[in-house]
Amino acid sequence: MQKLLLLGAEAIAQAAIDAGITGIFAYPGTPSTEITEYVQNSKQAGEKKIRSAWSANEKTAMEAGLGVSYVGKRAMVCMKHVGLNVAADAFVNSAITGANGGLIVVVADDPSMHSSQNEQDSRFYGKFAMIPILEPTNQQEAYDMVHYGFDLSEKLSIPVLLRITTRLAHSRAGVAQKPERGQNELRLPSDMRQFILLPAIARKRYKGLLANQALFLDDSEKSGFNKYIDGPDKSRGIIVCGIAYNYLMENYPDRNVPFPILKITQYPAPRDMIERLVGACDEILVLEEGAPMIEELLKGFLSIGLTVKGRLDGTVPRDGELNPNIVARALNLKDTYGQDIPDLVAGRPPSMCVGCGHIDVYNALNEALNEYSKGRVFSDIGCYTLGALAPYNAINTCVDMGASITMAKGAADAGFFPAVAVIGDSTFTHSGMTGLLDAANDGSSITVLISDNSTTGMTGGQKSSASGKIEAICKAVGVEEDHIKVLKPLKKFHEENLKIIQEELAYPGLSVIIPRRECIQTLGRRMRI
Amino acid sequence: MKKDIILAGVGGQGILTIASVIGLAAIEVGLFLKQAEVHGMSQRGGDVQSNLRLSDKEIASDLIPFGQADMIISVEPMESLRYLPMLSKEGWLITNTQTFINIPNYPAKEDIIAGIEKIKNHVALDAENIAKEIGSARAANIVVLGAAAPFLDLDYNLLENALNTLFGKKGEKVVGLNLAALKAGHDFAMEKIEGRG
Repeated sequence: MQKLLLLGAEAIAQAAIDAGITGIFAYPGTPSTEITEYVQNSKQAGEKKIRSAWSANEKTAMEAGLGVSYVGKRAMVCMKHVGLNVAADAFVNSAITGANGGLIVVVADDPSMHSSQNEQDSRFYGKFAMIPILEPTNQQEAYDMVHYGFDLSEKLSIPVLLRITTRLAHSRAGVAQKPERGQNELRLPSDMRQFILLPAIARKRYKGLLANQALFLDDSEKSGFNKYIDGPDKSRGIIVCGIAYNYLMENYPDRNVPFPILKITQYPAPRDMIERLVGACDEILVLEEGAPMIEELLKGFLSIGLTVKGRLDGTVPRDGELNPNIVARALNLKDTYGQDIPDLVAGRPPSMCVGCGHIDVYNALNEALNEYSKGRVFSDIGCYTLGALAPYNAINTCVDMGASITMAKGAADAGFFPAVAVIGDSTFTHSGMTGLLDAANDGSSITVLISDNSTTGMTGGQKSSASGKIEAICKAVGVEEDHIKVLKPLKKFHEENLKIIQEELAYPGLSVIIPRRECIQTLGRRMRI
Repeated sequence: MKKDIILAGVGGQGILTIASVIGLAAIEVGLFLKQAEVHGMSQRGGDVQSNLRLSDKEIASDLIPFGQADMIISVEPMESLRYLPMLSKEGWLITNTQTFINIPNYPAKEDIIAGIEKIKNHVALDAENIAKEIGSARAANIVVLGAAAPFLDLDYNLLENALNTLFGKKGEKVVGLNLAALKAGHDFAMEKIEGRG
């Protein structure tokens, strides 16, 4: 069969289709978005009636995936690394319930924060929940690991975490497909109490999870994904995790590395293999794309009796993603560099598109806030976060999905008036509306601007769960109807929009303003079709 | 054979079309390929790049090492200079000279051109104007690709086939415009090389 040219994210999606998933559940987030989009656009997935629409957030996605698993079918759940914080309650507890049908949770980490607020390493979540983790090094392995991961999940009755990072998610290479597998039949768990986490049952299941660690470890040692590759020079042994393996190999054009290598792509970390490497070599270099997880494990608290080099001793930078040059320096190999960037080259940060409705919102808001002291705008995650940059300098916070409304509420509760929240439509239904309920119940005096571009913009224009529902939600959680104002953010309406914002800022109570104009990108695409 | 290429531009300029054409051509002759691109926040008018690697041997890293790129292909002149740390000493810089100004502190165009001319191996061309002469300003990308074609170590007709595959659905006229754009870029670069000789 001819190889398909696929992004790592797409390889995972194609594998999920071929491995017989019944549903994929996700909220968009860079660098994970393309997995679900691929399934949504796949003719094959359509014919197999694979469920693939966007979920309201990562928690609802995770729980729906678990529901599919409960009835015995296969599900994939996808998110970016910070999305796993949102889904964490369901994710960690799913290790206690275990799986019935195969369940893979794909989490795409973003080291170097190309498009994120932090660079947390999701392997820690997998370890915390005590479930098996797969970490592919390339597109083909990503494809193969999805097939293996579903089998593993069903064999050991446990959700499996598939961890990728930006460079794999967004890099294309040839991928060979495996034969297609049908979907599972409906089959409820043989133990009808498996998914009831009452303390008495949860305690029993937790003991089971602890006991199963030996099985997970055994699979890590034997599955073949973790590889011990011997080398003649025992002065150093190299442990290399995930795509760090590629950067190591890049430094040896003939692919002959003189040192013994342990390539780790499945966790729990393979203890026997690590012992063999440590026993054979004078010192250990650990190369990990992400946080120093294996390095800390080896080093221990007191670093007794073993020389371990990596991110903790400065051999590799403590933060940021790896690349071939960083690995070359860690190995004292020849480093290469072209020439410096000429001084005249100016930074070109991302910016809001020409014609974007958020711009009109910020122009009006900035003017309305002129009469107050600075520092009043709590914002959120989305294109409108770019309002932090010049010339707008319009926002003062951006922390996590939904934090605009709740932080403004906290500030208002502490006596700060007026306090303003700016949030997008998709972020509002992701995690903003519960905060609005708090504000309504508490009678907090805040002004919430839900800048509604009717899409999930920053990730490329995915369908927003909020579409057509925002006023109804605001009303239902208890915002007074007189203080729900819809306006059209266009230059020609600037004066009347300004007046509305000024009035609501001055109002000592909860108000919601909904500036509504379609994203210029999705509009353009719609017009071209 | 090994070609490591940095594709550069501004989010929304469509550097990925160039990557697709080269990718299709490379696949047709059975080369290995890896292509890392930037998605997400930077696509909103920020600087974007793609690492495109072709080889007759299996490729390890998705990222090109600093100082080892054989070529920078840029659809914007200032952006072409941003990736000089990636370019090898003997590498080629192929760039459009038409500026894309969406920042207040964009430098003077003549300073940028002077910076480009300091690079030993370079081809700089006004791809928009050349594309307009052919009849479609939208084919400026393909003009730049054409200018890079002599340095790709891929048969020219492979690139033509790839354009046929990629634009075939849009009809013969679009394919024809793109083939003409490819040729115009190619001819410009050939003149430049021969002029040096």
